[in-house]
Amino acid sequence: MWDYSEKVREHFFNPRNSGPLAGANGIGDVGSIKCGDALRLMLKVNPDSEVIEDAHFQTFGCGSAIASSSALTEIIKSKTLDEALQVSNQDIADFLDGLPPEKMHCSVMGREALHAAVANYRGEVWSDDHKEGDLVCKCFAIDAVMIEQTIRGNNLKTMADVTNYTKAGGGCSSCHEKIEDILIAVNGRLYSEEAPQKRTPPVESPVKPQLTNYQRIRKIEETLEALRPMLQRDHGDVTLVEVDGKKIYVALTGACQGCQMESATLGGIQQKLIEALGELLQVLPVAALAHG
Amino acid sequence: MKPIYMDNNATTACDPAVVRAMLPFFTEQFGNASSIHSFGAEVGKALKQAREQVQSLLGAAHDSEIVFTSCGTESDATAILSALKANPERRSIITTVVEHPAILTLCDHLEKEDVTVHRLRVDRRGRIDLDEYKSLLSNRVAIVSAMWANNETGTLFPVEEMAELAHEKGILFHTDAVQAVGKVAIDLKATRIDMLSCSGHKLHAPKGIGVLYLRRNTRFRPLLRGGHQERGRRAGTENSASIVGLGVACELAQQHLETENTTVKALRDRLQRGILARVGNAFANGDMLHRLPNTASIAFEYVEGEGILLLLNKQGIAASSGSACTSGSLEPSHVMRAMGIPYTAAHGTIRFSLSRYNTEEEVDRVIAAVPTIIAQLRKLSPYWNVDGPVENPEQAFQPAYA
Repeated sequence: MWDYSEKVREHFFNPRNSGPLAGANGIGDVGSIKCGDALRLMLKVNPDSEVIEDAHFQTFGCGSAIASSSALTEIIKSKTLDEALQVSNQDIADFLDGLPPEKMHCSVMGREALHAAVANYRGEVWSDDHKEGDLVCKCFAIDAVMIEQTIRGNNLKTMADVTNYTKAGGGCSSCHEKIEDILIAVNGRLYSEEAPQKRTPPVESPVKPQLTNYQRIRKIEETLEALRPMLQRDHGDVTLVEVDGKKIYVALTGACQGCQMESATLGGIQQKLIEALGELLQVLPVAALAHG
Repeated sequence: MKPIYMDNNATTACDPAVVRAMLPFFTEQFGNASSIHSFGAEVGKALKQAREQVQSLLGAAHDSEIVFTSCGTESDATAILSALKANPERRSIITTVVEHPAILTLCDHLEKEDVTVHRLRVDRRGRIDLDEYKSLLSNRVAIVSAMWANNETGTLFPVEEMAELAHEKGILFHTDAVQAVGKVAIDLKATRIDMLSCSGHKLHAPKGIGVLYLRRNTRFRPLLRGGHQERGRRAGTENSASIVGLGVACELAQQHLETENTTVKALRDRLQRGILARVGNAFANGDMLHRLPNTASIAFEYVEGEGILLLLNKQGIAASSGSACTSGSLEPSHVMRAMGIPYTAAHGTIRFSLSRYNTEEEVDRVIAAVPTIIAQLRKLSPYWNVDGPVENPEQAFQPAYA
């Protein structure tokens, strides 16, 4: 059985605002019957103020799809259309005290139903800009489409590349075969992990060029800059706070802050910095600096 | 209120007699059956008795044809990989689209290693076409693997006839009988079946014990190599407590085989009739004429299975669904799709699987609970209007893919 939060269970057992809505003037039908989740969102919008006076739903789907629909109607009622459009799928998940990673698509469906219903009210045609593939990496909730696009966009060759760029495969290892299948599908073959490693210089190279302090800090900042898009995709960010010899202090912000994967993220940053600077060093959270 | 367990195709409760028989093998009878001293010898005797109890239930000609494994999946993998290894000139497998993942996932993997896999399709009732099967039998086929009974619908395949046909062409025949053993009368010595998989926890023995039946004089290669246990056909120290438990469970299953096909079958029929009489837009899946006596697979149109299970669970009723959302994949059960059940019904399919421990009172409680639950969920469904499906449901609600 899924590990649903109390709030999800409560909204499933006692859904709010379910059933048809008389006088609805904005309707959004989204989802996929093939995948077993579909949602009709009905809005009653005040034409003068554009305030959502009432919202109802009908859902064909699992417990969390029904709970997400119920949550969505509660969140958007009495908001204006523009305010409602600011609601993200994460807001829906947060309202429910979280959803299991495999069920995050339920909250995505809620957000899309909202956009479709608003488009319907405004006489526009909504088109789906969201592509979701099969969930591949359950540890970090990365789907097949995301992995394939990242492989194509960055010309990735190996399993380790995919993990570095998307985090997929960096946890329990159960998805490695699936990721390899995607690599083969894109590249036509599987490149071995050893090959690129041989090309990179060994960590403690005797002919290591000596960087000035300034050059070294610049290099660290450039490396962090390159990592930033990956963190921002997960609604997080990183900034350099202090460089004390071999100790590099960084602040993780946004969603990275307090994330259970914080130490894994720091480890990943450390690995990148070691590769970039060609020296052994340690990446520490800014809190470690405070504690002296 | 006492919970009601109707998910016996997933797993069963250990029979108390099984547990009693096992307990000494965790304490005073802890010996290794391979040891020469008396600690080992006593265990060796107990394993021999268990082997005979399994032999008897399966109707095997020799007790040496029983190989203990860790589970049904291991037995399946051993059978298929052995056939490929032992017949290197044959690089094809015949199986069916509705097999358990233990077979299907392995076959998908073998395809990457250039093994050709033929998957027999099924009709709306889950039946294979024997003519299609015959047309695929050739000297390129190493093994046929077809389940005796389907875990989701209970549909029985004519495995004895299929084994005859394979034998005529010199092809090995394996059946995954995990759901059939203990519910269907089996007499292997009277068939041409070469290998059969069975799992303890489906017949009131513990989890973690399985059997591969291997007909005498069948070409074989072990999956696990090591010690001489199971005559070198499956190395690794015997799971003696579980083997003893399985032996007792097999003896009990033999005693209750008739109960399964009379009492349990009557309960299942009562359940299915009762539900279908009270809930409209619902139907039973599978081959009604050739089906396990304990299984009822019922599709409730226009609702999704997980919601049904959550609401049943709230009333202390345990069943299962072939629905996508309970397994984490997006597609509904491959068995329902293979039978061509529409998505709006496949997603709402619930499997009730009974055992000899279920009672009429329990069945009646489930019959009473289901209609309200389905009505409650249909009220939320975009396909449903107050007291029936909306007109032309597929046209009335056509969501944009999201």
